[in-house]
Amino acid sequence: MLLQRLSDAFGVSGCEEEVRNILAQTVRPYVDELRTDSLGNLIAIKRARAGVERPVRVMLAAHMDEVGLMITRIEKDGLLRFQPVGGIDPRLFPAKRVVIGKERVPGVIGVKPIHLLKPEERERVTPVEQMYIDIGATSKETAEKRVKVGDYAAFATRFGPHGLEGESRLVRGKAFDDRAGCAVLAAVLQGDPYPVELAAVFTVQEEVGLRGARVAAYALAPDVAIALEGTICDDLPKEKDQSPVTRVGKGPAITLADRSVVADRRLVRLLVDTAEQAGIPYQFKEPALGGTDAGAIHLTRAGVPSAALAVPSRYIHGPASVLSLDDLEHTIALVRAVLPRLQDWPEPKV
Amino acid sequence: MELLEIVKALSEAPGVAGFEAPVQELIRSYWKPYVHEFRTDALGNLIGLRRGQRPADAPARSIMLATHCDEIGLMVTGIEEGFLRFTSVGGIDARVLPGQEVTVFGRRELPGVIGLRPPHLVPAEQRQKPLPMDELFVDVGLSQEQAQKLVSIGDPIAFRVPALELENERVAGKAFDNRASVAVATVCLMTLQGMHHTWDVYAVATTQEEVGLRGAMVSAYGLAPDIAIAIDVTFGDGPGLSDAETFELGAGPVIAIGPNVHPALHEALVEAAKSLEIPYQIEPMPEHSGTDGWAIQVTREGIPTAVLSIPTQNMHSPVEVISLKDIRRAGRLLAGFISTLNEEFVRRLTFSLPE
Amino acid sequence: MEEIVRELTEAYGPSGAEGKVRELIQERIAPYVDEQRVDALGNLIACKRAGASPAVGRLMLAAHMDEIGLIVSYIDEKGFLRFHPMGGVFPLTLLGGRVVFENGTMGVIGIERWQEDKIPPMDKLFIDVGAASPAECPVKVGDIAGFHRPFFAQGTRWVGKAMDDRIGCAVLVEFLRQVKETIYDLYVVFTVQEEIGLRGAMVSAFAVEPDVAIAVDITTTGDYPESDKMAVELGKGVAIKVKDSGMIAHPGLRRHLVQLAEKAGIPYQLEVLRRGTTDAYAMQVSREGVPAGVLSIPTRYAHTPSEMVDQRDVRTAVDLLLHLVAQPMELGG
Repeated sequence: MLLQRLSDAFGVSGCEEEVRNILAQTVRPYVDELRTDSLGNLIAIKRARAGVERPVRVMLAAHMDEVGLMITRIEKDGLLRFQPVGGIDPRLFPAKRVVIGKERVPGVIGVKPIHLLKPEERERVTPVEQMYIDIGATSKETAEKRVKVGDYAAFATRFGPHGLEGESRLVRGKAFDDRAGCAVLAAVLQGDPYPVELAAVFTVQEEVGLRGARVAAYALAPDVAIALEGTICDDLPKEKDQSPVTRVGKGPAITLADRSVVADRRLVRLLVDTAEQAGIPYQFKEPALGGTDAGAIHLTRAGVPSAALAVPSRYIHGPASVLSLDDLEHTIALVRAVLPRLQDWPEPKV
Repeated sequence: MELLEIVKALSEAPGVAGFEAPVQELIRSYWKPYVHEFRTDALGNLIGLRRGQRPADAPARSIMLATHCDEIGLMVTGIEEGFLRFTSVGGIDARVLPGQEVTVFGRRELPGVIGLRPPHLVPAEQRQKPLPMDELFVDVGLSQEQAQKLVSIGDPIAFRVPALELENERVAGKAFDNRASVAVATVCLMTLQGMHHTWDVYAVATTQEEVGLRGAMVSAYGLAPDIAIAIDVTFGDGPGLSDAETFELGAGPVIAIGPNVHPALHEALVEAAKSLEIPYQIEPMPEHSGTDGWAIQVTREGIPTAVLSIPTQNMHSPVEVISLKDIRRAGRLLAGFISTLNEEFVRRLTFSLPE
Repeated sequence: MEEIVRELTEAYGPSGAEGKVRELIQERIAPYVDEQRVDALGNLIACKRAGASPAVGRLMLAAHMDEIGLIVSYIDEKGFLRFHPMGGVFPLTLLGGRVVFENGTMGVIGIERWQEDKIPPMDKLFIDVGAASPAECPVKVGDIAGFHRPFFAQGTRWVGKAMDDRIGCAVLVEFLRQVKETIYDLYVVFTVQEEIGLRGAMVSAFAVEPDVAIAVDITTTGDYPESDKMAVELGKGVAIKVKDSGMIAHPGLRRHLVQLAEKAGIPYQLEVLRRGTTDAYAMQVSREGVPAGVLSIPTRYAHTPSEMVDQRDVRTAVDLLLHLVAQPMELGG
């Protein structure tokens, strides 16, 4: 399954090559143009079907990069120091397994055994500067044969089914933010041309500042844009009656506003109408949380009406996320259904 | 002119962010013999174009060297009984201020001192706590009436620090962030004079980096270079700092690796250093590089960018220390690299796709 | 001018929902501009061409229509609304306050049990619109509320919510009403979403491509009890900005504004603002850069529901603009 291959692939912000190659091979048969730009974005143009005059250019963006780590120093004893790339809660690091660099050198983020911890130490979060990755090397020289300063490291999680076999539609893996979005976009690109031109961009470096999307949108100058994401899902048991942000199994999550963008109201209405007419379940993501490529895209040049649509994923920005394949499929269906209705943008096609 | 003289003069010249004209005049004089054209843009960036010797059939290519010339400083916010209240321009640690000599750029250049109440009058516990900036004053030795005539709200204030030559070809002074890099660009231009290069070189003394990379944003947009290298400073080693975060003075220029750096540019700089036998160090930059490079990389359709740094001790204090050796080597490295630039390199920059 | 200030400050228009303010302004300025258009983000871009042609240049004047607000993030089982701020909203200014939504629904801000001396975090607060369940609730997740307060005038002072930056909008409306002679093509832009990141200014500056840009916004003052020390006071004239936390005004443009004010005898003050910035930051770094400056209206109690300005300062801002557009600028190096 494409989502599996994408999830297992190595693609920390700044080092997205493996993911880009998988996607390039997957979508090439279905698009008219395929190229990269100076930051490493993968840009795929799928022209509008024949007979459409001056087609609307729709930019769909999904980011290839995942949060991860960078090796910053190799100690004399062969242990590796690291810093996060993208936002990771430092409480997630202790005792996790990682893979480093193109060769995927395995390592573990070490912890002091509990027997040796003082009570106050158990109450404290270890700062990242004091943590280390152990690849089993016992000296700097032997470590340097396998890794170097500047190498990237990703969590070592392998994709797999989740929940009761035969019944559950849940899957588990790393980097659903945003390999889920990439899987959606790849699926949308397959099949027949739409009555709009698709400028599909698998972007880089979203996690360190929406950077790939910004330059791609400048180059493509789209009429309208939708970012496709794997987004925050907090539908866990709570003490207070408060928002879960999104819920697994309740359909694609439509952004009304997050910290990076106020979604274009017409686009939001169009997504809602389309979902209701096509009988596709949908939900709204809790406003004012997180940010997506739409945040960068909508502010390029003279402004681009933009929206964001996401597959709810529990535990993003950590080693193991969970999402529902139903939500993934419904997201694909919603995008496919809304594209024809953008044909007369800004007049929505009824 | 000797490198030591150039470095000292660049350090001493005033150029608080937003008010870089004085140091730019000096830079212009240093770059003039090696540059074909100068211009200044809407944000005051000084852009020097050194044309390459392009063969007739080759496309025009350019490299932008961004070396910010602004320094952190202060700004007058109030005049009380002849004393000046101030705020910071850029990131200043207030603890370096008490006792510091400054120059206030009012209607005249006025020497000033940031005073501290005599220890005799300050209770012991208070002496243990640093004074916040809004409790400090600049004393320019004037009455209220005189001060009001000569000084306005918004006048910039620069540190006034003579550069000091130390052992081992090291120099201490203010503003080596980023005048050390301006010196690097100067060495690079001088070295290019004796070399053949086909690409145009835009040496840009950018403005307002310390307050948000602003000069770089607009100059990169205006120039739209094919590649860019931001030259800045990085943390030099010293007591109390882990060597995980610092670099050795005199061990060579520091080449960054990370999302802000195009991987092929990084490789090419390392190759150039090796082939020129220039010692170098590698700096991992997992996120924001803290340099003009961060802004330049995402200008327009994106610009392949690299970051080269000079190790600097005591950064953002009036006693920054650099090594002339690092400056010389960085300048030579850049010149050597620039002389290799050709069309083949442009192909190296492309992220290739599988068939 | 008081009328337009009252209308504008009382109008509903938090970041992301500026429509009503925009309509109001469109109507008021229609007789005085050559064309108006609304862009992709909702900015209102009005153009008044120079008297003689060719124009000396293109001047962009910007004031933002949006005010800070609250976006509904969740409706709980009992019909209470949780929210996040849109822009710089301080919890202390909300307690016991009244808000209003686009459809006219009014709400009261309540707080969970909170006994401590510390300032309550935003997530302890909620909006009560009188609904007993989500089904009964007249507003939806994603709806945005603004403060609800009437304007009043007393002595030379004007008080209202959203002086930031409806007072800037009022200055530009009044300026358009009065301007007879301009040697520049004027692009007067009423921007959106300034409070959440100068977003409207970014895209409108790109589209307009001005030669010079000036924002009209508010600034704080140092003239009330134990305030932060700042040299700006109510009633001492329009503030000409030197620096704020986002930008340093083009020195040549700032000097030009000062000279104009001095020659015309317009009272002015120089402003250095420690925290806070304006649309001018976005305009300044647009494309290959734009010389930019700011005229600020001194304002006490900024980002509270009762912002206070002085009429005299407001009128000096209009006067200075009228002088500005009638004369060429030598911005120097």
